[in-house]
Amino acid sequence: MISIKNLHASIGDKEILRGINLEVKAGEVHAIMGPNGSGKSTLSSVLAGREDYNVTEGEVTFNGKNLLELSPEDRAREGLFLAFQYPVEIPGVSNVNFLRTAVNEIRKYHGQEEMPAKDFLALVKEKSKLVELDAKLASRSVNEGFSGGEKKRNEIFQMAMLNPKLAILDETDSGLDIDALRIVATGVNKLKSKDNATIVITHYQRLLDYIVPDFVHILYKGRIVKSGGKELALEMEAKGYDEIKAQFERIES
Amino acid sequence: MANEILEEHIQNEYKWGFTTNIDTDEAPKGLNEDIIRFISAKKNEPEWMLEFRLKAFRNWQNMIEPTWAHVSYKKPDFQDIIYYSAPKPKKELASLDEVDPELLKTFEKLGISLEEQKRLSGVQSNIAVDIVFDSVSVKTTFKETLAEKGIIFCSFSEAVQDHPELVKKYMGMAVPPTDNFYAALNSAVFTDGSFCYIPKGVRSPMELSTYFRINASGTGQFERTLIIADEDSYVSYLEGCTAPQRDENQLHAAVVEIITHKNAEVKYSTVQNWYPGDKDGKGGIFNFVTKRGICLEDNSKISWTQVETGSAVTWKYPSVILKGNNSVGEFYSVAVTNNYQQADTGTKMIHIGKNTRSTIISKGISAGFSNNSYRGLVQIKKGASNARNFSQCDSLLMGDKCGAHTFPYIEIKDKSAIVEHEATTSKIGEDQLFYCKQRGIDNEKAIGLIVNGYCKEVLNKLPMEFAVEAQKLLAISLEGSVG
Ligand SMILES: Nc1ncnc2c1ncn2[C@@H]1O[C@H](COP(=O)(O)OP(=O)(O)OP(=O)(O)O)[C@@H](O)[C@H]1O
Ligand SMILES: [Mg+2]
Repeated sequence: MISIKNLHASIGDKEILRGINLEVKAGEVHAIMGPNGSGKSTLSSVLAGREDYNVTEGEVTFNGKNLLELSPEDRAREGLFLAFQYPVEIPGVSNVNFLRTAVNEIRKYHGQEEMPAKDFLALVKEKSKLVELDAKLASRSVNEGFSGGEKKRNEIFQMAMLNPKLAILDETDSGLDIDALRIVATGVNKLKSKDNATIVITHYQRLLDYIVPDFVHILYKGRIVKSGGKELALEMEAKGYDEIKAQFERIES
Repeated sequence: MANEILEEHIQNEYKWGFTTNIDTDEAPKGLNEDIIRFISAKKNEPEWMLEFRLKAFRNWQNMIEPTWAHVSYKKPDFQDIIYYSAPKPKKELASLDEVDPELLKTFEKLGISLEEQKRLSGVQSNIAVDIVFDSVSVKTTFKETLAEKGIIFCSFSEAVQDHPELVKKYMGMAVPPTDNFYAALNSAVFTDGSFCYIPKGVRSPMELSTYFRINASGTGQFERTLIIADEDSYVSYLEGCTAPQRDENQLHAAVVEIITHKNAEVKYSTVQNWYPGDKDGKGGIFNFVTKRGICLEDNSKISWTQVETGSAVTWKYPSVILKGNNSVGEFYSVAVTNNYQQADTGTKMIHIGKNTRSTIISKGISAGFSNNSYRGLVQIKKGASNARNFSQCDSLLMGDKCGAHTFPYIEIKDKSAIVEHEATTSKIGEDQLFYCKQRGIDNEKAIGLIVNGYCKEVLNKLPMEFAVEAQKLLAISLEGSVG
């Protein structure tokens, strides 16, 4: 699905990603954890094609294509989806209109006809049910005035609508109450198939009780310093990052 | 007919830049009393009309072109303009009645099928149209249907011939010939325009519309529109405009007057898409227009909605004089400037009657090297007790070479007034653009979405078919302006 090799990225002259290696196969769920500021959001932004970051080294292959050569919109059309840590508000543009544009742009890219309005509305209905999104939110302006939790839920709704191959969820669990967490996780699980993959960025092992990862990676100072199975998350939750930090500082010096 | 006109509007780039090869009947260049007599004679006008013109002209000669607007341009040479250009009858009717297959193709390219257009506009034929080609009104549709209701909708020239008492009574009431430099010029040389009278108690069964087009080169367009809504009547009026793509600047100096009697309401919507000049600022229309309405009597309402995307230089302030008690004035505006366009636009709300209310919503969008100014006056006269105004002026900047300016003037002479003013300036957000792109929407489409969202409050005020057109126009006008 995606293969990241020795990825370095910087903003200005500050290097934030310092050699990331990660291989995600279809059907897998990977979790990325790590202290604040370690570069988790940066990694997802770089993969999604945010222009603020300079990729200085490394390569990324996404379904056989050189991801770094694609424009952000083409990455999305190829099936890469990012659920934003901080979803953006677009005043005056209804969620439905926004998604209809997105769906049709993606279809156009794949040489498909526009989705008939009737089918589209049926899809909205089906998917909003999946994430138990209030019908009113679907017709309101994109994220405008949404509560923190509603914004996160809306991201998963959009993900359900766009049916991506690889979804990166950047702290989708933060700001969700217990019920919402369960609903969102159930939604993600329902969307899971042997043909798609998910990268879950989180600080809390709790989410991983619902979305069970095949692999857990610890990101620290722009590198993946430790990888393991789902038990690694439990271990981190119990011990914190001190040991990793100390160990890493030793290697550095 | 309405559809053809819409088609002609909704096209790529400045696809309206075609010229139609038709024979015209022109006056010689230049301006003097003889030219005015020539125009008046051509139109077979009564003596009082000629007098009105000559008086305005003599006035104009003593006026100087104002310079307070935040625009700079090369002053027109008033002796180098043709003041009368009429298409020779016969031929032009055919050319306007046919749909050019090229236009249809472009229309298709924009992704709007005729069917969809029809569906959106409900019934195909629910708009009556008056078409003003260069200076002369060439066709007014649905005249008979309207006449059954007692509605008079015809060209200004016809009104002068057939309804002189109405023209005489109302012309110049909202915009006196001495009002300003360009209004005076218009009063002297106007050649045609639309006239509309809605009798007592009648709601117009359809939207009335004027479609303006400047075609001939070297001509100025000076049309006049007069709308009178008698007691308890209602009309929604649409105005659209296009012009050919020419290297020289062409002058458009129109006057629009609206008069509402007791309990009457007029809603006037404009989608202005005059040729804006090329990307280096060459050519384009100078749009110096005076639009004003008077809520003459109690409980009447005048509402201006405008979407301004065209013209090299725009200078206009659709205003309302709130004379009747409880009368309401509204101004909803989207003004887009790109490349080297300049716009100084806004409104004046003059509160005279008691309990009068006005609302101003202005959305300016500047891109490229353009300059976009909002200029508005809210005046509460003494005795206008409990007058209320709410103004909101938002500016959206795209890129860092353009400018947005706000000049609100507030004069309050009555202590009971409540006047609120809000203003914001924002930049189109990189975050918003990236968010759209991450969902598979490219830059151009994303800008279209964001801008339409930003203008929604105003676009919502437009009649459905006009709103669709305006949305496309906004996207097209801003093509290539970010990223
Ligand atoms: N635009 C920027 N300008 C300057 N520094 C930046 C920018 N974006 C990110 N950084 C820095 O890069 C580092 C990594 O940030 P990033 O947001 O990727 O961390 P994170 O792992 O997602 O943290 P959190 O867990 O708090 O979400 C931080 O030190 C941050 O300050
Ligand atoms: Mg983060």
